Amino acid sequence: MTVTLEQSSLATVHDLPALALAVRGHIVRMATRGGCFIGASLSCADLLVHLYSRVLRISPETRDDPERDYLFLSKGHDVPALYATLAELGWFDRGRLADHLSVRDSLYWHPNRNIPGVEFHSGSLGHLLSVGLGVALDIKLRGGTNRVFVVLGDGELDEGSVWEACLVAAAYKLDNLIAVVDRNELQANVRTEELVPLEPIPAKFEAFGWACHTVDGHDFSAMEPVFDSLPFTAGRPSAVVARTVRGKGLPSLERRADRWFADFNADEVAELLRELHGEGAAELVTEGTVVR
Amino acid sequence: MSYGEALQTLAFQRDDLIVMTAENRAPIRGLPSSLGPRFVDVGICEQTLIGAAAGLALRGRTPVAHALAAFLTMRAFEFIRTDVGIARLPVKLVGYVPGFLSEANGPTHQAVEDVALMRGIPGMRVVCPADEAELVAALPVILDDPSPCYVRYTSLPPAVRHSEPFAFGKAEVLADGDGVAILTYGFLVREAEAARVRLEEQGISVRLVNLRTLAPVDEEAIVESVRCARLTVTVEDHFGTGGLASIAAEVLLRHRVTGRVYPIHLGGRWFKPALLPTVLDHEGFSGPRLAARILSQFREIRDHD
Repeated sequence: MTVTLEQSSLATVHDLPALALAVRGHIVRMATRGGCFIGASLSCADLLVHLYSRVLRISPETRDDPERDYLFLSKGHDVPALYATLAELGWFDRGRLADHLSVRDSLYWHPNRNIPGVEFHSGSLGHLLSVGLGVALDIKLRGGTNRVFVVLGDGELDEGSVWEACLVAAAYKLDNLIAVVDRNELQANVRTEELVPLEPIPAKFEAFGWACHTVDGHDFSAMEPVFDSLPFTAGRPSAVVARTVRGKGLPSLERRADRWFADFNADEVAELLRELHGEGAAELVTEGTVVR
Repeated sequence: MSYGEALQTLAFQRDDLIVMTAENRAPIRGLPSSLGPRFVDVGICEQTLIGAAAGLALRGRTPVAHALAAFLTMRAFEFIRTDVGIARLPVKLVGYVPGFLSEANGPTHQAVEDVALMRGIPGMRVVCPADEAELVAALPVILDDPSPCYVRYTSLPPAVRHSEPFAFGKAEVLADGDGVAILTYGFLVREAEAARVRLEEQGISVRLVNLRTLAPVDEEAIVESVRCARLTVTVEDHFGTGGLASIAAEVLLRHRVTGRVYPIHLGGRWFKPALLPTVLDHEGFSGPRLAARILSQFREIRDHD
């Protein structure tokens, strides 16, 4: 199959802030009747919207093309942001989001390959940088030019296997491998720097042989030039430390350690959607309604 | 033909094959120069070895990942279970120096629970060749199979003369008899064969079964042994939990068959580290020691019955 991979034509016409707003609306609506990991989903929403709309050479039509770019969501629990982004970009019907946690579908708390666009299951932290490494290695062996993005949580950097994979990726000069760290400064229950300090993160990646850039993970215009300049250094894997805010977009949830996971009642969801969209947006409570 | 030569020959025939290692190169030392970039050594990191193998398999490759059995199956267990097992990827795991073959290394290196761990992963095949010849014969079958597979590696010379072709879930019946049935796997087939000869000298007719694969296991061979022989003995360099003794118990329960079974295994302790002949003798797994243990058990039963 030879398909010319262009950025999704759907995505290029999108207004990214509006798309991100729609994604956040879906995330809030998934945080009920069982709930979801809302904090990290909101912190990486802009990042995923940007990557799928502006960076990844992939579309629903080329989802099995061996020359596509890959995105692996390694931290896994932020998958509502991925479900919502994929649904908004036409990878699957938005109506499926209403079946979050239902046995009728496979939209549960961590990603799996039954969902179109999800490359691999995750949830156990520290796995997918090495899986992505294997994919990147094979692309190099075949002389391909596609790239492999692996989205990591900052708390996930506690896992030794992440740094094993960093060593090996540098040894094999995999400049088609890109780690994107959702640096929201909070792990499950506490601030990373108060538990096992991670900083300086960029210096750590650099010391492991990677080229690293830091960017505001909520600023689309700032992300554009950073992701446009991949690989940052030929022959080295690239790391992007995206500075983000847990719960971003909903001030009542932002930066709160106790809003890692949330299961809201219907009234709370309605209130959060009003907070997200501003007053007079009550009709947005209806599931499946899309903000454009 | 050695395992390394067989793997190299197959790698020349099929370009999906990627030979990987976590810096354990002894049996595949010649492959880096002949396979070039299709030989991938990740260094001493078993977790990344398996994660990367899963990634390569997602791209249509068949990775054959080598490491010491203890570190492969235990350090990387969750990667095997989660990345290879859940996705049922065709990753082939080759564990060096399993069981007694770790000799004098000590308990850190003793993989004596590897069969239990690997067969606990749905879809994982567990192959325990009796000798290098059997491993070489099994290799093309393992690589053609779409399932993940764990191989208990051995490079020992032929334990017995093999006549039946290798197949998953098919045991090799090396001798038939109705006094004692010995069920075993791996290099201990050699010791069991020596024990068989001694028992026959004592006038006991012995059925000797080389199980070859423990997942899937040849249930019929187990049931048939218990039905035919007065005493069935399982022999393995493995803990009592989860290995052949457990498998036999599960199979007999499933088939509603009862019989006298004498399980010979390590129980719940690590073995005394030493060179292999000493280990076998000290732990009671050499041919003569096995024969003596089985004979004593057999006489007890015969006198009791």
